[in-house]
Amino acid sequence: MTARDAVLDVRHLTMRFGGLVAVDDLSFTARRGEITAIIGPNGAGKTTVFNCITGFYQPTEGMILLTHPNGSQYLLERLFDFRIAEHARVARTFQNIRLFPGMTVLENLLVAQHNRLMRASGYTLFGLFGLPTYHRAERAAIDKARHWLDKVGLIGRADDPAGDLPYGAQRRLEIARSLCADPVLLCLDEPAAGLNPRESDELSELLTDIIAETGTSLLLIEHHMHVVMEISHHVVVLDYGQKIADGTPDMVRNDARVIAAYLGVEAEDVDDALVASAP
Amino acid sequence: MSNEGALATTQKKASLDIAGAFKDAAVAGLVAFGLFSLILGFRTDQNMSGQLILTPRPGLLAASVAAVFFGRFAIALIARSGVLRNAGAIVPASIRGRMQHLGTFFAACLLIFALITPFLFYSNRYLLDLSILVLTYVMLGWGLNIVVGLAGLLDLGYVAFYAVGAYSFALLAQNFGWSFWICLPLAGILAAFWGVLLGFPVLRLRGDYLAIVTLAFGEIIRLVLLNWQDFTGGPNGISGIPRPSFFGIPFDASETGFAATFGLEFNTTHRVIFLFYVILALALLTNYVTIRLRRLPIGRAWEAMREDEIACRSLGINTTNTKLTAFAIGAMFGGFAGSFFATRQGFISPESFVFMESAIIVAIVVLGGMGSQIGVAVAALVMIGGFELFREFEQFRMLIFGLAMVGIMVWRPRGLVSHRVPSVFLRQEKPIPAHIVEEARQ
Repeated sequence: MTARDAVLDVRHLTMRFGGLVAVDDLSFTARRGEITAIIGPNGAGKTTVFNCITGFYQPTEGMILLTHPNGSQYLLERLFDFRIAEHARVARTFQNIRLFPGMTVLENLLVAQHNRLMRASGYTLFGLFGLPTYHRAERAAIDKARHWLDKVGLIGRADDPAGDLPYGAQRRLEIARSLCADPVLLCLDEPAAGLNPRESDELSELLTDIIAETGTSLLLIEHHMHVVMEISHHVVVLDYGQKIADGTPDMVRNDARVIAAYLGVEAEDVDDALVASAP
Repeated sequence: MSNEGALATTQKKASLDIAGAFKDAAVAGLVAFGLFSLILGFRTDQNMSGQLILTPRPGLLAASVAAVFFGRFAIALIARSGVLRNAGAIVPASIRGRMQHLGTFFAACLLIFALITPFLFYSNRYLLDLSILVLTYVMLGWGLNIVVGLAGLLDLGYVAFYAVGAYSFALLAQNFGWSFWICLPLAGILAAFWGVLLGFPVLRLRGDYLAIVTLAFGEIIRLVLLNWQDFTGGPNGISGIPRPSFFGIPFDASETGFAATFGLEFNTTHRVIFLFYVILALALLTNYVTIRLRRLPIGRAWEAMREDEIACRSLGINTTNTKLTAFAIGAMFGGFAGSFFATRQGFISPESFVFMESAIIVAIVVLGGMGSQIGVAVAALVMIGGFELFREFEQFRMLIFGLAMVGIMVWRPRGLVSHRVPSVFLRQEKPIPAHIVEEARQ
């Protein structure tokens, strides 16, 4: 693996909240064009890792290096807040969906293209006088929104308020919204949570499709093992803020420490626990 | 078949419920008797020797209790018969769809009416002055609507920017002798600057906390104006502020005055009419800019920020700048309105910029429906114009005003125009119902 292959390189990431160590010396690499899943029991620190990568938290220690396809590199722990989304082009979704419910589906997707449209409107000045540059940019933005709405199957509801959509559709809209920002790395926080089996199958298909079409890389937190094992190329397992396994889905599935963490027992007692739980 | 059956049941219920309605009314009458027996039933008078005596007023008491009884009886009867229950469904969907066009039509009518107002009431100076006042508040309402309605930042100190605009204009015009059209943009820029200054410390605040800090800011500005005697004249205010001229031609009886230049007979109403059109133009400018901004990325970012600030940041929106622009642009229009106020009055003092003014402007925005332009205009008309109309009722004026406010909040809790019109659409523009927009604000 060469350096150009890695889109995200997390090294010795530590996040402390007072005395609590939420993430403890975590290092892993996510490769370009692949789906990297972060799994682990509840409270393992998965969402904290996401918040560090997307700038909502400032890590206590460590380095997060993002590499664009053109070779430019960004140290995410030094960028703040919205600048990570704007310059490093890391987009994310949220565990509890965060749409703009009072705005239409289409408006949601246009807000996601804010920075590009802002430049096209001459930071509002040209737009106020109705110059054609802005109209062109807006039409392009609507076309892009239409493309992604078509992909997630929401084109028919483009003019409905986002808060009116059913749960599964809201999840897909949030993904479409983050894709409108042209991300180099897309972080999805439990995209399959609350979806029925058919919907989560569709989601797996959609995610594979996105990678094939845009070449973006995905970082995924997920509890649905079915989804994780089916689509991810690489799995990182966390427990109590520490990495306990890292590898292909098959490797992770058979790792004694992973099974132990999920069953809530010590690694050496896994066999006993499995025997005990067998019917 | 089933419809007929349902109708029959309703009728049966209605006939049965007379007893229930009677009981309801009796209870209401009893409560009214208990309340009114002391408030209305007796009156304190002085007798010959100056002592207080109680004069019973049984007639008035009986009449009020009877009014409550029969009023309640009628309401209960109507409510129980289920006539009103389906009132919403009585309006067919096709007509409801057209309501939106009705709104546009209504706005056009209102605009035409505003344009011909000076000619309709040419000889009625009182009504002309009143309409100028109403338009000033329409403009202030539209200006504040950017901050409160679109960006969702509750600002209770908006009058501060009105004051900054008025004092900037007065001081610039007096000390440098600059004309209205030069001082107006300067006053706007200065007010916008103060808007940014207010914006910085309150960036992290939302909701109630933001409201308290902005309220304090409004008071700070007023107290500074009151106490900085050398600069602002303190409680004496500033008088002799130059009146506006018609692009250099003064409104006076001289040879070079407006009347003489245009071959008209001199009349003081000319200046009032000119002022009317100036404030109308300023208000329409505010409206136009707001409508344009809503369809630009900055306007969408404001509305998105009102709905979810964290999601905005995750999409790379600089929420700091977005908030500051909302404060600045809102303040700028407040400043414009302030300088108009100064030139119209010719005299300003800190007394014109008390908290009550901020409260009225916020009430206009809330009653009109946050974010709705036409709603705010109608609310300003009703609040300011209606308030004046009831002047002859003296102390009952406040009572009627309060009742009207309570009524609107009961029947239309989200303001007169509560739905939101999307800023862009793919196939069909559908207004977003109020409850969805409202949920987002929670």
